[in-house]
Amino acid sequence: MDQLAHLSAGISILEITYVIASVLFIMGLKMLSHPLTARRGNILAAIGMVLAIIATILFHQKEGKPIGNIGLIIGAIAIGTIIGWLIARKVKMTAMPQLVSLFNGMGGAAAALISLMEFPHISNELIAKSGMANGQVLAILIGLMIGTVSWAGSMIAFGKLDGFIGDMRIKAMKYVNLSILAVLIGFIVFIMTRHVQASSELTPLIYIMFAVAVIYGVLFVMPIGGADMPVVISLLNSFTGVAAAMGGFLYNNQAMLTGGILVGSAGTILTILMCKAMNRSLLNVIVGVFGGGGQSNMAVTGSVKEISLTDAAVLLSYSKKVVIVPGYGLAVAQAQHICHELDRLLEEKGVEVKYAIHPVAGRMPGHMNVLLAEADVPYEQLIESDEINPDLPNTDVLIVIGANDVVNPAAEDDPSSPIYGMPIIKARDAKNIIVMKRGMGKGYAAIENMLFFNDKTRMLFGDAKGTLQNLVNEVKSL
Amino acid sequence: MQNILGFFLANREAVFIVILSIFLGIEVISHVPAILHTPLMSGANAIHGVVIIGAIIVMGHAETTGSLILGFLAVVLGTLNVVGGFVVTDRMLEMFKKKK
Repeated sequence: MDQLAHLSAGISILEITYVIASVLFIMGLKMLSHPLTARRGNILAAIGMVLAIIATILFHQKEGKPIGNIGLIIGAIAIGTIIGWLIARKVKMTAMPQLVSLFNGMGGAAAALISLMEFPHISNELIAKSGMANGQVLAILIGLMIGTVSWAGSMIAFGKLDGFIGDMRIKAMKYVNLSILAVLIGFIVFIMTRHVQASSELTPLIYIMFAVAVIYGVLFVMPIGGADMPVVISLLNSFTGVAAAMGGFLYNNQAMLTGGILVGSAGTILTILMCKAMNRSLLNVIVGVFGGGGQSNMAVTGSVKEISLTDAAVLLSYSKKVVIVPGYGLAVAQAQHICHELDRLLEEKGVEVKYAIHPVAGRMPGHMNVLLAEADVPYEQLIESDEINPDLPNTDVLIVIGANDVVNPAAEDDPSSPIYGMPIIKARDAKNIIVMKRGMGKGYAAIENMLFFNDKTRMLFGDAKGTLQNLVNEVKSL
Repeated sequence: MQNILGFFLANREAVFIVILSIFLGIEVISHVPAILHTPLMSGANAIHGVVIIGAIIVMGHAETTGSLILGFLAVVLGTLNVVGGFVVTDRMLEMFKKKK
């Protein structure tokens, strides 16, 4: 290392900026975890990113050469900014999870591209000195593998959440996936044990590895059922973090290292928290077998009973305590606003209305909170499932709107059920239950819900928004 | 193996940063209320967009047209990750703020 280059003003400014950026990332992430400071935290992290980008363009040097192609770089950033901004602003709130997945994939792809491009440029001296088995090669190959898997996987997750890719569930998939994973690791070992003069001799090999990683990413997410998609996105999110950190190793770049690893570890913890909320093991996610639609062996007893809108309106209006359990059905129908209207109407009549929020209701943890916040439902009305469960026996009416698995008693009764052990909202404890549903279809986990056959349950079939609108009109006309 | 150990030795500071960052990440996130899971995931998603710095470095030192094109693509994708990520997060959080 040239000590003088290190001492030159540009490099010092660059390094100081990276330190500042890293601090801003950490503070931003910390602030993001408290409701009051979250928004400022996000902006703080964004400022850190802008600083790091500008400083890199201005001051980065490689072997004494400054960054070239600045015009084109700025052009690329401008294109990315405009497209990213437009997509992020235009897309409906319900499509938020897919969007996170999409942007995550972009990051993974960028990391993979960096590895593909840097591989042929590993210095010949380094190879002459220590062969291919050096840290730089390892960082490039791991960055390539993880970045590519994250990209391909995120695209599939995006497609699944958007509904244009279905599930593919074949029992042998687990073994296929494990074999491909073994092949990928084999590639890394094989490449690192080659004896060559220059890394560019092996370039075709890493393109093949790239292709295999794409296949793995696709097959990894394909068999995973929709209910488990949040966990997968969170996991892929932390993958991309690790891929970015590999770039940090490669360029000895502190900002990339801190940012990447921070996301990698925070993302892993978040993934584990989500797994816990759904009673899944992380290993099962990685192997890609869960949510496999296991069959419940509970026989369906009882019958489904419907309720008329008028009866429902009367029942609600004369209740003391009403609890609303929102689910994805409410989100897809964009019914959050009309739902809030119903709750205001009822409150005017002196009914106490609360929302029971299951941590994984919707398609992502906290998804429901975001949607209901959009509809101006006050925070205080949103109660987490653990807190509301003891209160449910005193609840006169519990309305389930487009939720299914999160109120499925099979999680408590049926050890053979795939969701057995998942903490649920104990809907059946309420005195009356009204379920709004489009039809008798099964939930995302594709299992029968005995709640619908409960004696206390009455069904209101139809699209959530339409049904709620009619219900609001009925309540008004009482 | 020797070489890989050597690499880690030569990058002691980086290894140091990695270890501390792992603990920081865990510490920072472990007391998050469930309501913030989605925005937090989205915010973290934007932060790993820091990979754009690598993309800029690659593109800034690209010598052939081929690598310039790939570099261009990498910068565009990285920017999408950064801008899209932060803007989506802000949009989610904006809604939390609106209440009251």
